[in-house]
Amino acid sequence: MRYLTDRKRAVGLGSAKSGVHHFWAMKVSSVALLVLVPLFVFTFGSALGGSYEEVTAYYARPFPAIVAALTLAVGMIHFKDGVQVLIEDYVHGTAQKYAIIGMICLSYAIAAVGVFSVIKLAL
Amino acid sequence: MVQLTLPKNSRIRVGKTWPKPEGANNIRKFQIYRWNPDDGENPRVDTYWVDMDNCGPMVLDALIKIKNEIDPTLTFRRSCREGICGSCAMNIDGINTLACIYGMDEIKGDVKIYPLPHMPVVKDLIPDLTHFYAQHASIMPWLETKTNRPAKEWRQSIEDRKKLDGLYECVMCASCSTSCPSYWWNGDKYLGPAALLHAYRWIIDSRDEATGERLDDLEDPFKLYRCHTIMNCTKTCPKGLNPAKSIAEIKKLMVERAV
Repeated sequence: MRYLTDRKRAVGLGSAKSGVHHFWAMKVSSVALLVLVPLFVFTFGSALGGSYEEVTAYYARPFPAIVAALTLAVGMIHFKDGVQVLIEDYVHGTAQKYAIIGMICLSYAIAAVGVFSVIKLAL
Repeated sequence: MVQLTLPKNSRIRVGKTWPKPEGANNIRKFQIYRWNPDDGENPRVDTYWVDMDNCGPMVLDALIKIKNEIDPTLTFRRSCREGICGSCAMNIDGINTLACIYGMDEIKGDVKIYPLPHMPVVKDLIPDLTHFYAQHASIMPWLETKTNRPAKEWRQSIEDRKKLDGLYECVMCASCSTSCPSYWWNGDKYLGPAALLHAYRWIIDSRDEATGERLDDLEDPFKLYRCHTIMNCTKTCPKGLNPAKSIAEIKKLMVERAV
């Protein structure tokens, strides 16, 4: 029980004066993925079903390797930003902070493993 | 965490079935949410039968008839009966709307009436809108100026006045905000579509001189950016307004000044 006025309860801690950059980053990564995902599907489809040698030779070429690495990196950044909003929606309190930290670590880990694998294939 | 089930004392039970009107040929079944804070009982849904041959066409007409002729304890807000006061907002046939301008001919089958969703209930069909009104007050719904007051009125061109059409008509019935899942989960911090529509109404008012401060106050992951363009607000608005568009316009202005 707290004797707060209705207005104080509504205002809370005030505005965080942030959010627009997160919003803009989501839009930018969305547009990037709009180009990258079809390119990735197209290049990945070309390599699909090939022998080990054929696939490694294909991904040694710069275009498929760069598209794959960019799709992974931008995709995971987009995933990180999107899932953060999702967690903020549904999880509250301390659990929210831990969930966001865990999700950011997971996103960067997936991106790092993916990009490293592409580099290893390409070089 | 989000609570997906109702607490035990909020679970809705089957209520009383009131007798059918005698000698009526054209009767309709109404299922109405009832809860009395004074009796310690769970909420219940009572069943009423209304003689449609002696009843007005709107849902509010039937509610008033039930209160006058069947059950005087049925409690609901109403005033203007023409969609301008916003008092009789409730969930009718699964849609948040104003009972006074929602025709019963639009409803198939039984008429199911509940209070606005996800708000504390004061009694029966009356939600507690205290926080909703405080959020509206927090966006400063009035003209803010710094220039000395002109000798006559603050002038506005016809074109600039037209920008307020579709915004000033909002009657603050809370149908939109209480239809928004983001407002259900985070209504303590998220301002909701109604308050944001009003915020936009003052942001784009050519006479207002606090545009920057207004945008500053809204730039927040929760106050503004909980809107995920679900569009329930626009779909449900009984006045046919588009709060989702207003929120999108605020987001565009935020980007315009930051990027």
